[in-house]
Amino acid sequence: MKVIGLIIAVLTGGLLIYAAGDFPAWSDPASPASTYLSPHFIEKTMEETSVPNIVTAVLADYRGFDTMFETTVIFSAGVACFLLLRAFRRKQPEARHYRHVLTGVTVRIKEGTKLPPSEDFERIDSLWTPHDLIIKTVCRLLIPFIQIFALYVIAHGHHSPGGGFQGGVILGASIIVLAISQDLRTAVKRMGEKLDALLCAVGVLIYAGTGALCLLLGLNFLDYSALASVLHVDPITARSHGILIVEIGVGVAVMATMIWIYNNVSSKGEYDQGL
Amino acid sequence: MGDIIQTIVAKYNFWIYITLMMIGLYAMIAKNNLVKKIVGMNIFQTAIILFYVSIGAKRGATIPILEHGHGGGHNVVHAIDYANPLPHVLMLTAIVVAVATLGVALALAIRVYDRYSTLEEDEILSQIREE
Amino acid sequence: MSLQYPGLIVVVPLLSALVISIAGWVNKRWCFPIAVAGLSVAAYSSVGLLFRVLDEGVIVYKLGGWDPPMGIAYYVDHLNGLVLAVVSVVALLNAIASKNSIEQEFPERIGPFYTLYVLMVTGLLGIVVTGDAFNLYVLLEIAALTGYGLIAMGGGRGPLSALNYLYMGTIGACFYLLGIGYLYIMTGSLNMVDIARILPDLYQSKAVMAAFIICMVGVWLKMAFFPLHAWLPNAYTFAPSASSSLIAPLVTKVMIYVMIRLILTIFTPEFSFNILAVSKPIVWLSVIAIFMGAILALSERNLKKMLTFIIIAEVGYMVGGAWLGNRVGMTGAILHIANDALMTLCVFLAVGNIVYKVKGAEFENLQGLFRKMPFTMGAFVIGAMSMIGVPPTCGFFSKWYLISGAIQAGQYGFMVALLFSSLVNVVLFFRVFEICYYEPFSDHHGHGDHHPEPIDEAPVTMLVPLFIVAAILVLVGLYTGDIVNHIVEFAIPKGLV
Repeated sequence: MKVIGLIIAVLTGGLLIYAAGDFPAWSDPASPASTYLSPHFIEKTMEETSVPNIVTAVLADYRGFDTMFETTVIFSAGVACFLLLRAFRRKQPEARHYRHVLTGVTVRIKEGTKLPPSEDFERIDSLWTPHDLIIKTVCRLLIPFIQIFALYVIAHGHHSPGGGFQGGVILGASIIVLAISQDLRTAVKRMGEKLDALLCAVGVLIYAGTGALCLLLGLNFLDYSALASVLHVDPITARSHGILIVEIGVGVAVMATMIWIYNNVSSKGEYDQGL
Repeated sequence: MGDIIQTIVAKYNFWIYITLMMIGLYAMIAKNNLVKKIVGMNIFQTAIILFYVSIGAKRGATIPILEHGHGGGHNVVHAIDYANPLPHVLMLTAIVVAVATLGVALALAIRVYDRYSTLEEDEILSQIREE
Repeated sequence: MSLQYPGLIVVVPLLSALVISIAGWVNKRWCFPIAVAGLSVAAYSSVGLLFRVLDEGVIVYKLGGWDPPMGIAYYVDHLNGLVLAVVSVVALLNAIASKNSIEQEFPERIGPFYTLYVLMVTGLLGIVVTGDAFNLYVLLEIAALTGYGLIAMGGGRGPLSALNYLYMGTIGACFYLLGIGYLYIMTGSLNMVDIARILPDLYQSKAVMAAFIICMVGVWLKMAFFPLHAWLPNAYTFAPSASSSLIAPLVTKVMIYVMIRLILTIFTPEFSFNILAVSKPIVWLSVIAIFMGAILALSERNLKKMLTFIIIAEVGYMVGGAWLGNRVGMTGAILHIANDALMTLCVFLAVGNIVYKVKGAEFENLQGLFRKMPFTMGAFVIGAMSMIGVPPTCGFFSKWYLISGAIQAGQYGFMVALLFSSLVNVVLFFRVFEICYYEPFSDHHGHGDHHPEPIDEAPVTMLVPLFIVAAILVLVGLYTGDIVNHIVEFAIPKGLV
């Protein structure tokens, strides 16, 4: 198998390198890619969409259809992980560990029985290590700032590098850092499973719904200038607002999916203990 | 001889990225462990993303974001000053697709491990043959 | 609203998939009606779009209101329209027929299963209708990811087969992406019609040739063309019945459509057949594919696995027919896309009924089925006749075109392979009929008190779509002349002789 792999890799690489002899040189300003479509995008973005960040304008307006399907890809990955891994009939874990809060004594209870919830004993993961006070406190303090930064990245995507995907991943990371530094049960209590799944679908619905609204208002799908009548602005500004709305939808969907996939994969679908 | 060297130097980004792609492809085909194959898949997809992004470079150009877009009057914008935005847009999509595929692949690997208690392909095949 | 059909075809299933995902958490019984409603609107729009194309010619639909090549545009012509109609009708019939089997196999996961199901249909419809090369890649990945999830739901060997499918499918999609990247570097555009306009000046370039080869290899990986077929038998056999009867008829045929698009529209026939002289080796590869599919099918004892090897042979028919390089062969290949989707749906739905009742598809479970499930087996016989190529079912006519094309192109090896495959199909299916006809050997044999097995048929919702498909097989066969003259004739560009 290694020999076959080597032969395939060498042959394919050889063909690709041979063909790359015809390419224009790196960063050549006269290459076909730089002279055909992109001058239109660079020069006309401000007057057609009034969004200074050309990448966001192309992503969410000129090629907005692609971006909608990209959001659908991440949504379907979340649904596929949920469908594959989620254990609906939870099998009992082999042992549960509890820790007496005051003295630090750990108790291990076998085969499925559990202690009644009480103030003195807290449930810990089987991979728990002591001396985690610094990590727990620092992460807990940082989470609000991470979320504010993520919201800034989403909202400022028009003027600086950023946008829905980037901000959504940072938002998702803020909840995942809670799950990693404390334990999965705390994060699931903060952001429940049902809310997560619903937010995921709602995010993509915001995107597709905006496009469908444009369709119902008479123009083609995802033609944001149709929103001019709903938002009471001129069509150019309506495009800018349409881009903002769909970026918010994308941010919500990506955040929810990242948390969903992490929850399912790290706990093998049982939502009992994570990493 | 001189123009061969010049060709190699002028397009060295393509040679590097194609080599990376072939490393990833070899790992996907030849490795035995399922997770190593997933890592190879990630290398392969990342190399393609880098390949595309390198197409968008332009000598002496800045990032494709217009400064003072709204406020400072409508300056004339020359396309020669800004990098090509289209490959960046395409690769945003490709990165998301790669992450989604990675998530599904890991979920599948967990299910395979549950069933066969191993992630080595030859041991799994011998377990299947015994069934 | 008829102006918006191209938009509705993809948008309505997408929206209904999202609503199903939410409804699955509220009340599971709403999932099935919403799925059927979304797929019916898509089927209605695609059939309506086909009739519009027959009246008006090529239809252009600009998404976001931007002119191509700045934005993404749909180009719907006769080839598109035909495949769209077939895909949406097949998906709708399968959704109705697999309701009971889904409820039997995963009662608590109905919500996410239907979500992935409708998303997969969205991806396939989007691949067929789009006119932008990069958009095709994104939709290809939607269809692929949902396919992995649907296949992995089969217990036992399902996840491993899905993981192997994932590896090969990802390599295939990445090769396609790389090919589109090479084309972008050389032409600067991503729109299919635009690339076709710019390319003729660049035909002698090495990069364009490499782009064609890489795109082809990527598409062949995803359609399981020999020798890249290793993932298909396991993936389709160990999937649950509802998934395999959706994926088996559709995914390989849609990839054949993508290959024909590459040959005819992006790289015109002049480049594909004349400048790049690889037609003959590819036809020989498809001959080997047909032989391998037929011979490997003979050794199988599981009905589903036998059918998957027949699918590999059918892919060989279509690839060989497309690469023959003449009009008759291409007609046969395009006609066979529609016919094979319907035949495979019929056969797989029948197998789904059998698995629902008998809980297994090995040959030992199939004894006495003609008595127990006469209606299902009747439809299975019609599907089998179509796969063998018996008139008046549609399978005969597409094979006729393929054989005529082979004779006209002088590729007698291909003609021999087609005839050999028909004969092997006869052996395979009649062996199955023989097993199903005779009762299991019982102790009352010969004593005269034969108690005939009571009829234990599948429920009505599983039988009615099966009959509709079997009837369509015969109808499409009888109307082949009209279909070829009005639709397929215009789908092939004038330059191909």
